[in-house]
Amino acid sequence: MSTLVLLTITGLGLGAMYFLVASGLSLIYGLMGVLNFAHGALITVGAYTAWWFGEQLGGGFGTRLLVGGALGIVAGAIVAALIELVLIRPLYQRPVEQVLVTVGLALALGALVQGIWGADPKPILLPDWMFDTTTVLGANVPNDRFVEIGIAAAVLVGLTAFLRYTRFGLVIRAGVENRAMVTALGIDVRRAFTIVFALGGALAALAGVLSGVYFGVVDPARGTSLLIFAFIVVVIGGFGSIGGSAIAAVAVALIQQYANYYASSGTGDLAVVMLLAAVLLVRPGGLAPKVAH
Amino acid sequence: MSTALSVNDLHVHLGQSHILQGISFDVPTGGVTALLGRNGVGKTTTLRALMGLVPRSRGEVTLGGDDVTRLRTHAVVRRGVGYVPEDRDVFAGLTVEENLRLAERDSDPSYDLVYDLFPELRQRATQRAGTLSGGQQQMVAIARALLNRNQVLLVDEPTKGLAPLLVTEVAAALGRAAELTTVLLVEQNLPVVQRLARDVVVLDAGRVAHAGPAAELLADPDHIRRLLGVHGGSH
Repeated sequence: MSTLVLLTITGLGLGAMYFLVASGLSLIYGLMGVLNFAHGALITVGAYTAWWFGEQLGGGFGTRLLVGGALGIVAGAIVAALIELVLIRPLYQRPVEQVLVTVGLALALGALVQGIWGADPKPILLPDWMFDTTTVLGANVPNDRFVEIGIAAAVLVGLTAFLRYTRFGLVIRAGVENRAMVTALGIDVRRAFTIVFALGGALAALAGVLSGVYFGVVDPARGTSLLIFAFIVVVIGGFGSIGGSAIAAVAVALIQQYANYYASSGTGDLAVVMLLAAVLLVRPGGLAPKVAH
Repeated sequence: MSTALSVNDLHVHLGQSHILQGISFDVPTGGVTALLGRNGVGKTTTLRALMGLVPRSRGEVTLGGDDVTRLRTHAVVRRGVGYVPEDRDVFAGLTVEENLRLAERDSDPSYDLVYDLFPELRQRATQRAGTLSGGQQQMVAIARALLNRNQVLLVDEPTKGLAPLLVTEVAAALGRAAELTTVLLVEQNLPVVQRLARDVVVLDAGRVAHAGPAAELLADPDHIRRLLGVHGGSH
């Protein structure tokens, strides 16, 4: 029983990161039709910014993580907005070129990080209480898992409220359905594109910071590995659906954890691909297709 | 009479097809001007080109004397152009109230007018637009455009696929709208055209084949048959 509890809470922690990455990807594709392969690089930007400032700043480890993490999120948002303004905007209506540019950017940013800081993982400074455990139904769960789950849950609630109750959220939800009609109501949808890209970048960067907390290190390859599963989450959850992404992220992470433990290590990835295939066969549009909510 | 909207030598290519081949016409201020023609002659493309929703290869569009040819869609709308598309294009996942709220441009949107014309929308404010009937969706589409004070309202086949009772209701709403603004109406239903339109522009194969007073065209069944391929006076 305690093993199942530990696997479940650890899986939810992993699912939290998948959700943060997938929700940005999902909104960006749902609204703009852009498959952003550079999203993984934004995870790296967030993780390395948090790590670097954590090393440079003084004070307790908790403060360093908090300030470094906040700066990482800001950096992710700024880089994402610049990507949209400089690289994506001239390429609307040209999806093949968009894919090439974002793939190229992901490779270039990854290489840049490796060139500056090397390929080895860098340990991130964490407060001691995160290394402690809390007993839940007999399982000793590392405290950082609750941080990851709590932050993702807060983001889910905040994002849902933002989409449901703000004018800008209304524009995004409508734009996911039919962006031409949104412009035909007098709304400049390009501004929404930039803001959604920045929001997605901030969420990816937050996932990068939390991946540092989850794994205890930051490394240049983490963004790519998280991105692959985030894409699977987006397809399962339905493009443009935040709720769908949340459900799919939890499902993917839990299946991965259970399969790796109860079958054999490495079968988790196979189980996720089988889940993806099953969802595509039964509901090709994902759990909640093309509606941002 | 002043001109609300002027189209001069407008060309539109879609892929390899030359859809609009240099159309020119004026829409006088006030009342309804009907844009008529057989299926596929370019009526919907004309409205979409005026809105900037399809690329214009050549030509000029002026709104109240101002050149709006190079403006992007949202900027055209902000100059005072309302649009009711052919397929209604309501946002299915949003409620009726959210569809209307999204369309607000004026600081004082005309909800009184909208709910006076379509009282049903008030009762269905919290219902998702995707669950409405076709007629109710058309009401939402028209209401979105009527919320704001427009110089010109572009309306594309608003009675298409509607039951006769709803056709009457929609025509009445457009008649009321025409008291407040200039309406350019694409419509296949000749009785509706006869009821509403003061002027007509007829397209044929991407060109203007006829322009003039509606009464003149509608009084001539042979002319109607030749231009539109239908029998006139079917009301």
